[in-house]
Amino acid sequence: MNLPESKASAVSFTSGADSYIRRRLLISRAFSWICRLVTYASLAVLLVLIGSILWSSLGRLSPNFLWNHYSMNPMKAGILAGLWGSFWLVLITALFSIPIGVGSAVYLEELAKDNFFVRIIKVNLSNLAGVPSIVYGILGLTAFRPMMMFMQTLFDGQHAINIGGMFRVRLVHLSIFDGSLLIGALTMSLVIMPTVIIASQEALRAVPQSIRVASLALGATRWQTIWRQVIPAALPGIATGVILSISRAMGEAAPLMMIGVLTVASMCPGGIESPVQLVTEPSRLLSVPFDQFTAMPVEIYDWSKQPDPQDRFTSVAAAGIVVLLLVLLTINAVAMIVRTRASRKLQW
Amino acid sequence: MPAITSAMSVPPSVPGVDRNLDTSRHASAIDVRNMNFYYGEHQVLFDISLMVPERSVTALIGPSGCGKSTFLRTLNRMNDLVEGSRSTGVCLVEGQNIMDPAVDVVLLRKHVGMVFQKSTPFPKSIFENVAYGPRVSGEKNRAVLADLVESCLRKAALWDEVKDRLNTSAMALSGGQQQRLCIARTLATNPRIILMDEPASALDPASTDRIENLIGELCANYTIVIVTHNMQQASRVSHQTAFFFKGRLVEVGPTMKIFTSPSEKQTEDYITGRFG
Amino acid sequence: MSETPVSWATRRQHRRHETLIQWALFFCAALSVLTTAAIILVLLSNAVYAPGDKTAFFEKVSLWEFLTGTHWKPSDGPGGKYGIWPLLSGTFLVAIVAAAVSIPAGLGAAIYMSEYANPKEREWIKPVLEVLAGIPSVVFGFFALKFITPVVLKPLFQFLGADIAVFNSLSAGIVVGIMVTPLIASLSEDVIRSVPRSLREAAYALGSTRFDVSAKVVVPAALSGILASFLLAFSRAIGETMAVAIAAGGNPVFTLNPLRGAQTMTGFMVHASTGDSAADSIPRMSMYAVGITLFVITLIINLISGWILRRYREVYQ
Repeated sequence: MNLPESKASAVSFTSGADSYIRRRLLISRAFSWICRLVTYASLAVLLVLIGSILWSSLGRLSPNFLWNHYSMNPMKAGILAGLWGSFWLVLITALFSIPIGVGSAVYLEELAKDNFFVRIIKVNLSNLAGVPSIVYGILGLTAFRPMMMFMQTLFDGQHAINIGGMFRVRLVHLSIFDGSLLIGALTMSLVIMPTVIIASQEALRAVPQSIRVASLALGATRWQTIWRQVIPAALPGIATGVILSISRAMGEAAPLMMIGVLTVASMCPGGIESPVQLVTEPSRLLSVPFDQFTAMPVEIYDWSKQPDPQDRFTSVAAAGIVVLLLVLLTINAVAMIVRTRASRKLQW
Repeated sequence: MPAITSAMSVPPSVPGVDRNLDTSRHASAIDVRNMNFYYGEHQVLFDISLMVPERSVTALIGPSGCGKSTFLRTLNRMNDLVEGSRSTGVCLVEGQNIMDPAVDVVLLRKHVGMVFQKSTPFPKSIFENVAYGPRVSGEKNRAVLADLVESCLRKAALWDEVKDRLNTSAMALSGGQQQRLCIARTLATNPRIILMDEPASALDPASTDRIENLIGELCANYTIVIVTHNMQQASRVSHQTAFFFKGRLVEVGPTMKIFTSPSEKQTEDYITGRFG
Repeated sequence: MSETPVSWATRRQHRRHETLIQWALFFCAALSVLTTAAIILVLLSNAVYAPGDKTAFFEKVSLWEFLTGTHWKPSDGPGGKYGIWPLLSGTFLVAIVAAAVSIPAGLGAAIYMSEYANPKEREWIKPVLEVLAGIPSVVFGFFALKFITPVVLKPLFQFLGADIAVFNSLSAGIVVGIMVTPLIASLSEDVIRSVPRSLREAAYALGSTRFDVSAKVVVPAALSGILASFLLAFSRAIGETMAVAIAAGGNPVFTLNPLRGAQTMTGFMVHASTGDSAADSIPRMSMYAVGITLFVITLIINLISGWILRRYREVYQ
C-alpha cells in the first residue's frame, strides 16, 4: 500500500476561524444565558414574594397579633385561633396518616407479592396523588360529616366515660359540629396519605438489599428483619418525607374550606389558648377533636378577600402569612437537619 | 533479541492493511510530543510521544486502565468534558497544536471523529442520525443531505441493509448495524481522522468481522486510531501498534514487528498473554 | 451433650403473629383503594344518581344543559342556569397562562441544572425550587392580588393603554405558573438526567456545540418524559384552588380575556361550600357535578402523563 504525500492542512483549528461555527457558539452561549436567567429568576421571584409580604405586614406584625382572636377591627385582629387550630389539625392528621401511610409503604415494598390486587393498589396510589385536594374536601364534607353525626347520636344522652378515675367527662357536652377538628384531620390525612406512602416507599427502596439478606441469613424472620433492620435504616428518609407532607397539610386550605371550617373564629379548640393550660386543665384535651376550628391558611384567605379600600386587612393577611411561613420554615429546617444528620451517619 | 513468532501466531490481516509499513517515512496526521495528562492530582499519562502516519491504522493496546482510552480522548479533546482534567505537552493534528486553548473544539471534532465502544444512536431515524453532523454544521439542503447520507451509509457498508427504512428509528437496528451507523454518522461530518474506542468489543464475531473489514477499506482515505482489548484484532487491522502500560507508551512500531519481535520485555509478556 | 430438638410449633406460632401484622399492613395499603372508591361513590351518588329520597344533580338539571350551556348562575329559584362552560373557560384560561409561564421557566431551569450548572450552583438552586414548591397556595393568592396585579400588571397595562380588573385570570395564571414551575423543573431534570452520557459524548464527538447537544440531542431524546411533566403540571394547575379563588375572583363569565375576572371549577366549589344554600339545594348539589368534571379531567391528564412516562422509562432501562 502506498501512501500519497501529505497535503498542507486545509483548515485551521484556531477558534474564530470558521464564521459559521462562531455564530453557533454565540447561539450556544446565548442559550446558556437564557437558561441561567430563567433559573435565577426563580430565586428572584422567591425574594420578591417574601419581600413584598414582609413589607405589607409591617403595619400589623406585632406580638399581640399572635395573642389576639379574629376581629373586624384590623388593628386588633390576631391569629391565635388559627395557630392553635393548625397545630391540632396537623397533630391529629399525623396521628392518622403516619402509621397508616408508613404501614402501607412497608406492605407494598417489603411484603406484597406482585399480584393483581397489589398492582391495582400501586396504580391507584399514583393516581390518587394527582387528585386535587379540593376533591378530598368533597369527600370529607359528604362522607365524614354524617359519620360523625352518627357517632354523636351514639354518645348522646346521659352516657359518660371514666378515665382512670381522674376525670369524669360527660360526652353530652361534646357536640360534633360541622367542620370539627376530627373531620378536618381525617380529610387532611387522606390528602397527604399518597405523599406519605410514596415518600416512605422511596426511603425503603433506598435500603440496600444486602441488609435484608444478611438479617434473614442470621435466622431472623421477615417481620423481625423489617422491624429491626429495614425500618430503622429507612427512618431518616421516611421522617423527611413525613415532615414535608405535614408541612403541606399545614398550608392547605381548600379541603378545609369544603368541610366548612370557621373563617371567623373567636375560640380555640377545647378553649386551650396557652400551652400552660395543657398542664393545668388536661381535661380540655378531650374535647379538642370535636370542636370547631379554624386554620392559619383559612384565616389568611378570609383576610385577603376582605373588601379593603385602605389596605388595612392586607397587612393583617400579610402578618398571618409571615407567621405561617415562619412555622413552615421551622418544620422544613427540622426536615433538613434530619436529612443531613442521617446522611452523615448512614453511608453505603 | 530472540524472535518469538512461535509464541503467538499472527493472523492474516484484513485487505488493505500493510503490517510492515515503515511508518517513519510517511507524513504524520497526528504527532504527539511529551504529553502528560492528569485527572485532578492523579496523573494518568506520562510523557507520551507518538506519531500516527496519514491514511493508516494505528492500534493502541494494553491492559485495562493503562491510559489508552484516555490518550485517544485527548486527540479530539473529549476529555475537556471531564471536570478537573488537564494536560501538558504538544499534540499536532495536521501540523496544528490542538492542546492550545485557542483551538475551537467544535471544529476540531468535526475533523477528528470518534466512534465509541457502545453504539450510541440518537433516538431518531436512521436518516436523521447520519444527517445530524451536517445539519448542526448548517447544511439545510435536503437533496445534498440525502446524497451525503447515502454515500456515508455506503462507505460504512450499511446502505443495502437500511436503504428501504431510512426513516425508521435507529434504535431498532441490531448492535452491529448500530455501530456501523455510528461510523457512517462520523463519516458524514467529513473527518480526516477517525478515533475508535473498542468499536467491536460489544459485538458478535460476524459483526466484528464486518467492522474490521470496514476499517481496512476506510484507511485508504482516513487516518484511523483504534483502541482495542482484542490483540488478534489489533494484529489484523493495524499498520502500526502502540503498547501502553501504566500510563506510559512502552513501545510503538509496525504491527508485524510488535507481534513477532517486540524490543521490550513488557510488550512481549503482554502479547504472549503472560499478564493483562 | 444431647441436641435440643427444635420445636417447629413455636416457630409456626411466631409466624402466625406475623401473618396478623401482614394483614394489618395490607389493610393500610388497601385503604387507598377504598379512598378512591369513596371519592367516586360520593361524587356519583350526589351528581348522577342518588339512592333513597334524595335527588342527584343530574336528576334535576339535564346533562345536556350542563355540558353545552354557556351560563353559570346557580340559584335556588327557577332562574338557575347550570352550563359548565364559563367555569371550564375560566379553569383553562388560568391553566394556559400558567403553562405559558411554567413551561419555559421549568424547562429552562431543568436544562440549566442538568447540562450547565456546576455542583455548587445546584446546591442552592434545588433548595430554592423546593422552598418555592412548599409555599402554600393562599400565599400565592395574596401575592397575585396584592402585588402582581396592582404593582406589576396594572402599571404595565396602563402603559399599554389597556385596563386590568382587580380580580383577573392573568395574575392567577402567573402565580399558578410559578407554583408548578418547580414540579416541571424537577421532573424534567430527572428525565433529562436519565439520557445516557454516551449520547451526549457522541454528539460532542460529531462537532456539536453545547446548545446543539442540549437542544438537538438531549431534549429530543427526553421529549416524551418532558411532555409527561408538562401534562402533570397542567393537571395540577387545573386543580389548584386557593390562589385562583383569591386572585381570579368569583364571577363565572364565559370569556377568554385574561384581563378580566373569571371563576374556575375549583373556585366555584370553594364559593359554593361557603355559601348559605341548604344542603340539598341545587346550587349545593351542583358542586358535585363540578367536582366530578374536575376529577375526570385531572384523572385523564394524569393517566396520559403516567402512560407516557412509563413508556419513556422503558426506552432507557
